[in-house]
Amino acid sequence: MGEEIGVRKTNQRGASPSPRTPHALLSFFPVWQRNFLVWKKLAAPSILGNLADPLLYMLGLGYGLGQFLGKVEGVPYLHFLAAGSLAYSVMNSATFETLYSAFSRMHVQKTWDAILNTPLSLTDVLMGEWLWAASKSLLSGLAILAVIWTLGLYADFALTLWLLPVIVLTGLCFAGLGLMVNSVAPNYDFFMYYFSLAITPMVLLSGVFYPTNALPDWLAGLAAVLPLTHAIELARPLILGQSPTLPLLHVAVLLAYGVAGFTAGLTLTRRRLLH
Amino acid sequence: MNNSPLRLTGLTKRYGGQTVVDAIDLTIAAGQCHGLLGPNGAGKTTTLRLALGLIEADAGQVELLGHIMPAESGLARARVGVVPQVDSLDPDFTVRENLLTYGRYFGLSRAKVEDRVPDLLDFAGLTGKGDASVTSLSGGMKRRLTLARALVNDPDLVILDEPTTGLDPQARHLVWQGLRRLIGKGKTLLLTTHFMDEAERLCDRISIIDRGRIIVEGSPRDLIRAHIEPQVVEVYGDTLADWRVCALDLCQRCESAGETLFCYTADPEPVIAELDKQPTLRYLHRPANLEDVFLKLTGRDLRD
Repeated sequence: MGEEIGVRKTNQRGASPSPRTPHALLSFFPVWQRNFLVWKKLAAPSILGNLADPLLYMLGLGYGLGQFLGKVEGVPYLHFLAAGSLAYSVMNSATFETLYSAFSRMHVQKTWDAILNTPLSLTDVLMGEWLWAASKSLLSGLAILAVIWTLGLYADFALTLWLLPVIVLTGLCFAGLGLMVNSVAPNYDFFMYYFSLAITPMVLLSGVFYPTNALPDWLAGLAAVLPLTHAIELARPLILGQSPTLPLLHVAVLLAYGVAGFTAGLTLTRRRLLH
Repeated sequence: MNNSPLRLTGLTKRYGGQTVVDAIDLTIAAGQCHGLLGPNGAGKTTTLRLALGLIEADAGQVELLGHIMPAESGLARARVGVVPQVDSLDPDFTVRENLLTYGRYFGLSRAKVEDRVPDLLDFAGLTGKGDASVTSLSGGMKRRLTLARALVNDPDLVILDEPTTGLDPQARHLVWQGLRRLIGKGKTLLLTTHFMDEAERLCDRISIIDRGRIIVEGSPRDLIRAHIEPQVVEVYGDTLADWRVCALDLCQRCESAGETLFCYTADPEPVIAELDKQPTLRYLHRPANLEDVFLKLTGRDLRD
């Protein structure tokens, strides 16, 4: 090690760093920023990976299957599919970030442990992760929205701007749920259960590919309590130039899932890491 | 000691039915290096986590840099540096980015940390490596970077959990050199280790901890003087079993461990004279050290 010591310059009284205020409103921000800076290094493949899947579904099924279907609920199938693809993309992005990526940081790289040795609290860490995952899913949503705008798959442009808060809300909802799943995961394989038992059924039942009223009553009842259904109930009318029916209900359901997921995730992660 | 950086009083932590930390009292003196020694599972890491306010005690009190923990964890940890047992550097960042990112967790501006980076790199012997990716560093370099990272907030107290475990001898010496320089600068160090030579070299005071209790505390020299005979003759060889009886008459105390007989005595001459007549036995004569104290007090059984 070198001859001079790192603490020399700031060792005089008054020159040392002032202690930060704990529990400041934005104290989670350095956690968000850390994730953002890592993402920035790998942004291109990350965006591509997030975008390819929902985009292929939307365009492939929309153009391909759309040929045979004609109009669905009075609009071309591609237009119908746009809202589902948007919600699906946002859900996927928030879910992957809070499952695989957050698990790496928590369990494999011990990033969270390192942060917990600083003045930041576990609430800061999870809040930073929550908002980061929502930010990333906002980006995925914007990418799909850009395609929707470019291809003119909407009825009224002004109404599509309301999709922005819907995207944020959907991102927070699935990021919160993802953090809860992450908190009880023993390893990466565990996440397959969540995909097989929650995400995939949701994609098939929540009205991504076809209207939920095509389902038998008992399945429609199940679909009605799934969060993705509510995201699509908000997004689809906005794309098709209508105002959503019962918007407050859908907003409340998405918020409730997100906040409940985050709160459970925080409690269970505290039990896991700080016990 | 009114301004002790860390004071533990009656500290107790239980998991299930097991008491992992059992009414520990410990006061660390400012500007000293204090060692927590103990076998695996003795409660060292749990004690550190309690001290940092990461977990809550079942009984007792922690006062860290004048703050009651865990209520004032944020304020206290702002002035503490931590070197964890397991590597937790950010593999996606360069060396410099690791320091900048960690500084932000303390609310330090980029400019402020940028100012400190050259000194921190120099301290860690990583000058010129600022833009290297962390994944390209050797184990020793990563440890030193972790140490530099713990200094990013210019802490008053540095807590190190087994800082040299897994390092080769050269790397260990570099880390020791860095720690000694910190002590020279008036920092207080609290470290856990199960390397006795490390504790003997670095620590002003040592607490030996076993089954959640501190069983002795003192300077390495005092502990050796108080608890062990000053000279040791280690004997090994095929005919050791036959010779064992004889040894008991020649020294104050004998202990068997594996295939070695440890003869503890104030006067080794009679033992050595006798051993010189035994061509089938080999021996090593050395002054007693901290490891002898540790093994005497905690026993020679394996702990896992």
